[in-house]
Amino acid sequence: MTTAAKLPSTESSVRSRSFDTGFDVERIRGDFPILARDIRGKKLVYLDNAATSQKPRVVLDAVSRYYEQENANIHRGVHFLSELATSEHDRARQSVKSFINAADAREIIFVRGTTEAINLVAQTYGRANVGAGDEVLVTAMEHHSNIVPWQLLCEEKGAKLRVAPINDAGELILDDFAKLLTSRTKLVAVAHVSNALGTVNPISEIIQLAHQKNIPVLVDGAQAVPHMKVDVQALDADFYTLSSHKMFGPMGIGVLYGKAQLLEAMPPYQGGGDMISSVTFEKTTYNKLPFKFEAGTPDVAGAIGFGAAIEYLNAIGIENIAKYEHELLTYGTEKLGSIEGVRLIGTAKERAGVISFVIEGVHPHDVGTILDQEGIAIRTGHHCAQPIMDRFGIPATARASFAFYNTKEEVDALANGIQKVREVFA
Amino acid sequence: MPDLRDLYQEVILEHSKAPRNFHALAQANQKAEGFNPLCGDHFTVYMTTAGDSIQDIAFQGSGCAISKASASMMTQAVKGKSKAEAKELFDTFHKLVTTGESNGDREDLGKLAVFSGVSEFPVRVKCATLAWHTLQAALEGKQEKVSTE
Repeated sequence: MTTAAKLPSTESSVRSRSFDTGFDVERIRGDFPILARDIRGKKLVYLDNAATSQKPRVVLDAVSRYYEQENANIHRGVHFLSELATSEHDRARQSVKSFINAADAREIIFVRGTTEAINLVAQTYGRANVGAGDEVLVTAMEHHSNIVPWQLLCEEKGAKLRVAPINDAGELILDDFAKLLTSRTKLVAVAHVSNALGTVNPISEIIQLAHQKNIPVLVDGAQAVPHMKVDVQALDADFYTLSSHKMFGPMGIGVLYGKAQLLEAMPPYQGGGDMISSVTFEKTTYNKLPFKFEAGTPDVAGAIGFGAAIEYLNAIGIENIAKYEHELLTYGTEKLGSIEGVRLIGTAKERAGVISFVIEGVHPHDVGTILDQEGIAIRTGHHCAQPIMDRFGIPATARASFAFYNTKEEVDALANGIQKVREVFA
Repeated sequence: MPDLRDLYQEVILEHSKAPRNFHALAQANQKAEGFNPLCGDHFTVYMTTAGDSIQDIAFQGSGCAISKASASMMTQAVKGKSKAEAKELFDTFHKLVTTGESNGDREDLGKLAVFSGVSEFPVRVKCATLAWHTLQAALEGKQEKVSTE
């Protein structure tokens, strides 16, 4: 897909090429079947992308083509379909590898999603390397899935979970973070982008600070990868996790990236088929990477759909996406921020994909119901990040989260919906 | 198609902005906490009972308009009633917010009938019933927090 050259400023070209970025959002919207549907007689305005993204036709087609034409179990058949399914599965792994610029496809472990990826690291690397009196360091803006696996580990090992604080804008206080890196710290686990606030963390600096003390870093990249170019080698991340369904691929599949030398040294996670080289009742030898961590028949269709999503993103260009979304987020922040009675929660200088807000005198749950009547889908609640809500002294927020298929007009619809909320509660 | 005005009736909005009996009750001999982990709504219901009679009732906490108005109107509705009457009223109310119907008991419901619109918004049923579940727990003397999940 190429971005169209700028046309003379007719009314239609102005409408379809928002913000003069040359980004043909109307054409892109046509790739997503669900965006054409109505909700309660109104046009769907889907602003819950941080929960899950919609899927383009190419992803849906890849999944059904697999089941219609290619379905077979991988790695063990000598027949045509098994070889085909295996090579398609491998190709998806290569796509992920290139997308995040991993050094080697062996470092790409397919899992169910970011949650499983983090649990995998906690239960293997964590159990092997974190002991009594040791510490795991997270930040105050983590999703529950980057808190609870470490709490379970710390409880088991008699270790301590430490939390680096954030400021009133929702930014990590880097000096305090640095002070919490001690000889007891065995691992840092940090979100690249906060799902509740949209804050983009200075991951490069975080990793450098940790590495100065030889502490490895796991980056929860679930909310970053759909919005920006991520290069795990340039970042020097030790582990990086992502979920397909948040980046326009199918649900139920994601990736743990890990540096090969770390993965090699880790004990396996689950036992079963595919993760072994040979099994006797006396001794089992484990398979090589990445298969050592992929016990059982994997979600082959999911991987293939995920690969198709990545190819789709590559065709549009993640840099083009980032540029367009930046314009959209800036527009939305100004628009919503200027509505009387609206308070933005999370005003970090660097943000991606998310506007979290509260409306004076109105509970977010009521905001969500009223917007839903307008066909506008947002998320309300604590966004699986209760400690953030406690930090800001609120029970919940309303969260609008964006993807590159969202438009300026949808931001306007959201702003009008918020006015309607204020009218109901006037 | 459900209408927002069916849900956010004037009486409900008014109670959500100025809830009645919205305070702790120092002399309470029965109390319970209830919360909805999905949206963070959290209420404590306090009661002074003598024998079978609910002599006084109040609540504290935070929640959405529906849950707060429901708690407020519940305290008005059950004050002075017997425990059995309160439980019966909850049954009738529960039927109203889940089905929109009330078996011809609408007169018993009195003002609470304004919650009939909730049945058009199934995800909001938990909001409307949170305080009532908490009341029930208080009546039964349950110690653990009540969760809607």
